[in-house]
Amino acid sequence: MVSVAVAIVWMKDLIAVVMLLGIYGLLTASFFVAMDAVDVAFTEASVGAGISTLLLLVAIAKTKRAEHPVRHKPMLALLVVVVTGGLLIYGTFDMPIFGIAEAPAHTHVAQRYIEDSYAEVGIPNIVTSVLASYRGFDTFGEVVVIFTAGIGVLGLLTVSGGTGRRNQEITTKKMHEQHKVLRIVAKILIPFMLLFALYVQFHGDYGPGGGFQAGVIFAAGIILYAMLFGMNTARRVINQTLIQLIAALGVLLYGAVGMLSFVNGGTFLDYSVLLTDPIAGQHLGIILIELGVGLTVTAVITIIFFSFAGREEIQDYRNDTGA
Amino acid sequence: MLIGHYNYWVVVALMMLGFFIIIAHGNLIKKIIGLTIFQTSVFIFYISIAKLDGGSAPILAEGVSDYSNPLPHVLILTAIVVGIATTALGLAITVRINEAYGSIEEEFIQKQDNQT
Amino acid sequence: MAAPLCLFLKRPKLVWLFTCIVTALTFLISVLLLQQVITHGTLVYELGGWAAPWGIEYRIDQLNAFILCIISGISAVVAMAAHTSLQKELSKDRHIYFYMLYLLSLTGMLGIVATGDAFNVFVFLEISSLSAYALIAMGNDRRALWASYKYLIMGTVGATFILIGIGLMYQMTGTLNMHDLAQRLPEVSQTRTVFVSFAFIVVGVCLKLALFPLHLWLPNAYAYAPSIVTAMFAATATKVAVYLLIRFTFTIYGLSFSFTTLPLNILFLVLGLTGVFVASVAAIYKNNVKHIFAYSSVAQVGYMIVGLSVGTAAGLTATLVHIFNHALMKGALFLALAGVMYRLGNVQLSGFQGLGRQMPLTMAAIVVGGLSLIGVPLTVGFISKWYLVLAVIENGWWPVAVLILLGSLLAIVYLWRIIEMAYFKPANEHSETVKEAPFSILIPVWILVIANIYFGIDTRISVGIAQSAAQSLFGITP
Repeated sequence: MVSVAVAIVWMKDLIAVVMLLGIYGLLTASFFVAMDAVDVAFTEASVGAGISTLLLLVAIAKTKRAEHPVRHKPMLALLVVVVTGGLLIYGTFDMPIFGIAEAPAHTHVAQRYIEDSYAEVGIPNIVTSVLASYRGFDTFGEVVVIFTAGIGVLGLLTVSGGTGRRNQEITTKKMHEQHKVLRIVAKILIPFMLLFALYVQFHGDYGPGGGFQAGVIFAAGIILYAMLFGMNTARRVINQTLIQLIAALGVLLYGAVGMLSFVNGGTFLDYSVLLTDPIAGQHLGIILIELGVGLTVTAVITIIFFSFAGREEIQDYRNDTGA
Repeated sequence: MLIGHYNYWVVVALMMLGFFIIIAHGNLIKKIIGLTIFQTSVFIFYISIAKLDGGSAPILAEGVSDYSNPLPHVLILTAIVVGIATTALGLAITVRINEAYGSIEEEFIQKQDNQT
Repeated sequence: MAAPLCLFLKRPKLVWLFTCIVTALTFLISVLLLQQVITHGTLVYELGGWAAPWGIEYRIDQLNAFILCIISGISAVVAMAAHTSLQKELSKDRHIYFYMLYLLSLTGMLGIVATGDAFNVFVFLEISSLSAYALIAMGNDRRALWASYKYLIMGTVGATFILIGIGLMYQMTGTLNMHDLAQRLPEVSQTRTVFVSFAFIVVGVCLKLALFPLHLWLPNAYAYAPSIVTAMFAATATKVAVYLLIRFTFTIYGLSFSFTTLPLNILFLVLGLTGVFVASVAAIYKNNVKHIFAYSSVAQVGYMIVGLSVGTAAGLTATLVHIFNHALMKGALFLALAGVMYRLGNVQLSGFQGLGRQMPLTMAAIVVGGLSLIGVPLTVGFISKWYLVLAVIENGWWPVAVLILLGSLLAIVYLWRIIEMAYFKPANEHSETVKEAPFSILIPVWILVIANIYFGIDTRISVGIAQSAAQSLFGITP
């Protein structure tokens, strides 16, 4: 893993760097599996190796491929980095030994999650119950973050008017003719992807998975569709305003669940009061908010991808000359 | 003692590499890649905290009594999402910069700014 | 309280109204909350119904109730002017996104201040900063993009530093709740890991704070963002960072750890004072008025940090009062600049010629705000300087007190340049047609200006609350 990272430092070709970054993401994910963090590994695999690679590629397509070879003041940078690193190494000397059971991290708060969460929340996947219930507010914040990013990208990249429409149609046509095999494979693949996403969405209580991962997979399905069948077809299927509404709806759904429990006499996001049986209430609450997360993530990732791709019209020309 | 902290040192090494890219490289996309590596190394650090020798994944099952610590996992799930959100926004700004300046190299942009 | 937002309305005007109503309501709630806290003591709200170290809680004491009021109040007033100002500075189709981001960043900031959980701070920090990056990048000038990119990189590095610090803390204590942390940290406070975690958190927060050597992102970001955004962030964002610093150094790590075990107070003192001077001198040489005030913001942050470094209740009171007062002055100044921007289209110093006669009300607002910045009696600036100097002298640091007063002299220099331009130079020929700023901007400006003067004369509210908040903090931390 370190070697991959070193290679990233030296490489100048950005596409190669991004590919390496994808490998790095996958390595990280497998490391997480080795560390017993299956949920995290799942997310890292879909984000680190999937979405972020994709976004970087799209962004590179919009800008330039080669990195300029000038490197300025590396000595200063090296100094800062070494000082920070030294400080961290210094800090590690008093850390509890790796993997030891007596570390305070394992003995204080976490103890209760492991011992009592099944009785209190009624879900075997502890990560999900902590995520959605004990620390549900963090997750709410997380949804808002992703929503913010979506809105931010929209605010920055929205193209008003259809100046480059014609241009785009041409590229679309090219794609259509070239990749017949791909398209047929994809046609078979996409329904399965979407189905798998739904499975991940609702199975999160028992195995690894949940709203976020499901959202990413779902969005990946849509993006694959868009890439192979052309932006315009995809736009026709998935309306822009609609998807913005879905993004907002996800956040609102999450908030509404919170408010509902508030109205029912609990505190914000206290699902126990949703139904008469607290465990069932918890379960219902978690399913609902996971749904909210899934909706927002799907919508936002699609929005981000579309906004990037929508810039293509302006960029095409410059891109051809530059690369 | 030495073995006990090996994991953390790898993390520090990765962190430093990412940080170095952020500071030393002039290419805007490369900087964002550096940022990703930097953040990922922090994730690995958190997950390392959570690891328990002999523990298994924190999904309750029959006959398993030791689980890894679920809390850092949750935190990192959130942090990964935050990370991708930042990356997306950073790239959006980069694309706009490229349109406005015609370059994604720090030096060129600075030069153009100084002229105006 | 928690995120009452994100309604989609199609027409910008409606969205604007909605924004105003929401911010005003938030302000109202914050004021009520402050009253509650004063009468009943600290409020704790358990989110999700789980008790504190397991779930996440909101813990509102006098300190954060006070800051909540400042933030929500300023953002409500600024929102009033947003509609008019934006029409000149932003294309129509982006207005909706603007208001949404505005509300989101407000949510983020309120969340940071209200929460009692260290990791939750990180999440909200990212909400507010992501929306801040996007808002700044919306500026008309292409330099806004570049400034925003720099801010994004610096800000994310800062946030990640904070994340590392929180992780190290968690590793040593096994908890994320601030209150719980404060109780469990002393046991392990002599370990190197805790030192390092503290170092990372302080550096991370200082990046956000734009404390002197880490301030490089701020001036350009403020100067090229849309005026409304500048007014909002100048008056609130750095305050939130100062709050975080107070929270971490005083509540979580404890005074004795921060200031006795580590030489943080000397470090803060030196950095704060250098910040005051370097930034003030830089402000003197700038020609863009927004730049001037942005550098002055860096200088004012320096004063706040000096107040912290004193390490007594009096010093902390001075810092809190200055947070409050600086929010008022900078809010008024940048909003007045929004008015100038509306009429002139830019805020270059040369464009200010003769504005004293053409836009008398706006310029008068700038003059009052400026006087306040210098610290002339009867304005809020005087109050904060007064308390700061008192606190410093109480500690016997005479040279520091002299330096603070010298810093104010520098402020006179850069403000004089603006006033000279506006009142003593004849108007440009081609700018004869420049009229007074529209009322929708003037009214919020003057609300803030009058608040400037009112709180400069009647200090019972601001100083009283700041004092008791500071004292209660010192009561908690042994």
